[in-house]
Amino acid sequence: MASKTRQPAERSESGFEHPGPVLVGSPTYATVDAQISDIVLHRPVKRGWLFGLVLSFLFVMILFYTITYLLIRGVGIWGVNVPVAWGFAIANFVWWIGIGHAGTLISAILLLLKQQWRTSINRFAEAMTLFAVACAGLFPLIHLGRPWDFYWLVPYPNTMSLWPQFRSPLVWDFFAVSTYLTVSILFWFLGMVPDLRAIYNRAQTPWKKFIYGVLSLGWRGDAVHWKYYNSAYYLLAALATPLVVSVHSIVSLDFAVAIVPGWHSTIFPPYFVAGAILSGFAMVLTLAIPLRRFYHLENLVTLRHLENCAKVILVTSAIVGYGYCEEALMAWYSGDPYEKYMMINRMLGSYGFAYWLLIFCNVVVTQSLWWRKARLNVVWLFVLSLLVQSGMWTERVVIVVQSLHRDFMPSAWHMYYPTVWDWAALAGTVGLFFALFFLFIRVLPMISISEVQELSKEQRDARGAGDAEWSGRPSAGKEAGL
Amino acid sequence: MKQALYGYLASFDQPDDLLHAAREAQRRGHSRMQAYSPFPVEGLAEAVGFRFNWLPWLVLGGGMAGGAGGYFMQYYASAVSYRLNIGGRPLHSIPSFMPITFEVTVLFAALTAFFAVFLLSGLPRLHHPIFNAPAFDRETQGRFLLCIEAADPVFEARDTWRFLTGLNAMEVVEVHA
Repeated sequence: MASKTRQPAERSESGFEHPGPVLVGSPTYATVDAQISDIVLHRPVKRGWLFGLVLSFLFVMILFYTITYLLIRGVGIWGVNVPVAWGFAIANFVWWIGIGHAGTLISAILLLLKQQWRTSINRFAEAMTLFAVACAGLFPLIHLGRPWDFYWLVPYPNTMSLWPQFRSPLVWDFFAVSTYLTVSILFWFLGMVPDLRAIYNRAQTPWKKFIYGVLSLGWRGDAVHWKYYNSAYYLLAALATPLVVSVHSIVSLDFAVAIVPGWHSTIFPPYFVAGAILSGFAMVLTLAIPLRRFYHLENLVTLRHLENCAKVILVTSAIVGYGYCEEALMAWYSGDPYEKYMMINRMLGSYGFAYWLLIFCNVVVTQSLWWRKARLNVVWLFVLSLLVQSGMWTERVVIVVQSLHRDFMPSAWHMYYPTVWDWAALAGTVGLFFALFFLFIRVLPMISISEVQELSKEQRDARGAGDAEWSGRPSAGKEAGL
Repeated sequence: MKQALYGYLASFDQPDDLLHAAREAQRRGHSRMQAYSPFPVEGLAEAVGFRFNWLPWLVLGGGMAGGAGGYFMQYYASAVSYRLNIGGRPLHSIPSFMPITFEVTVLFAALTAFFAVFLLSGLPRLHHPIFNAPAFDRETQGRFLLCIEAADPVFEARDTWRFLTGLNAMEVVEVHA
């Protein structure tokens, strides 16, 4: 498989092998439209998709079961207790939010930086953001002692004359995550409206016509619509860029504002954001590699995309590695006995194996990406993406659990052992994420049609030639039955 | 019974042809016309008479209102309505109020941007006369369309038709209201 997909690599003038253009071949407007919308409209339900959906849905059932049991029995079903009052649930929250961040990075920051390669992957990366944030948002809620009172976090005039405590990072967190979810949905939907119109145009059954027609809100592709659309799209990107940095910074303040050794650190915000992007790009690869293969999108999601994701992983892994070193250095340099003990315990204590596992997954394995061969090897990238995600999850668990389990008072020291319910909640949200994703790829366009059409024009213009080759047959794709 | 004429619709297969056509039409004095494309074409909105983009100003206003409102909410709650001593911090603790102020600013600005696109474009709208033209369904498959309305002040049936057909168009059709 690797050798087969490596074939678009070609030699540039400088003699270096480069991974080829952003889009392979010269797709016309019609073929782009047909290729993407046919996945939604005409592709029959395949066994692989059905199997994936059923399997993930099984895990959703486990999630429902876990939450129900949790509501009946309380958070005591998990391994949490004093001093480790935050267990897997909070680590899962931080991890899921982080995965979402890569989607926003691709859709917003790379848009502002005019990185054309974002075009084929931004839609499903944004969907990934939404589903990851949905999974993340569950955890702090079900981790509350009384989850049904979660709305007390919302500032609204109430008969109890109470207000949320606005100096608490947990309230900041609520605002940050709910704003992030809202803005991500707006950005995702706005970007999709023109494509919903495109799907409507090709839909044949009355129900599909009705649903996609209503969802497209009467979009006509009018030049004035596009003017407002572009203006709003870029503004949303510009708003989402500081937002995404603020969200994980605020998440890290949940920890950094506390005085617990191992949490109380000023490096936390940038270190959390870098870790978020690292795990998020790993998730992009985990999703993109099977998608491009099973849905034959190798011409749109090319090796160039995979290589660029690998480069981002390499850079963020270096930042995260710097964070690990800095953490150890500051523990030593501070001269604080608690900090020093925390660091030694983190490396050599009961959870030491997890520390070395995360160093291996997040810093050591990723060094292979210095080699182009590794960046272009699809199988290795897939394996690596899974390793990085496990590594990042382990990191979040180590930060939460290991820091807490050695309190200031040795009499309070206690180990945290996850119960079956801790694992069930994690597995359940993984199932929820993939179930939503499986549904998404069949009912909505997973690649932006209008943006790829625009990109194909730009790519053609850049090549200069080619015009004669394709003009005059604007609907070639339809006739070819693509 | 003959249906009322809404306008003439010319189809092009290249965005540049559409841009050229729209500019030519503007030069001839047409003002009631629309250009349709599957993706944004630089300069096309101006060519069909787009004047001033209000949207960024609305977003600025929305963001400022959100920021001020968010900050005031926290000030009112913490320093006026529900005074609590939290770790000895002042009741009006400005640094602690910054994260939420920022988040609410972004939230309001984003909501304004989203709704402004649709309000300014006159959407959602379930029907429009242009949907009557079969050619319009092929827009998203790579057609670039220019419609000159019959209500245009310089619209003159035979003359406008000749103008549109002379523009390297793939086809020109009548659109009925």
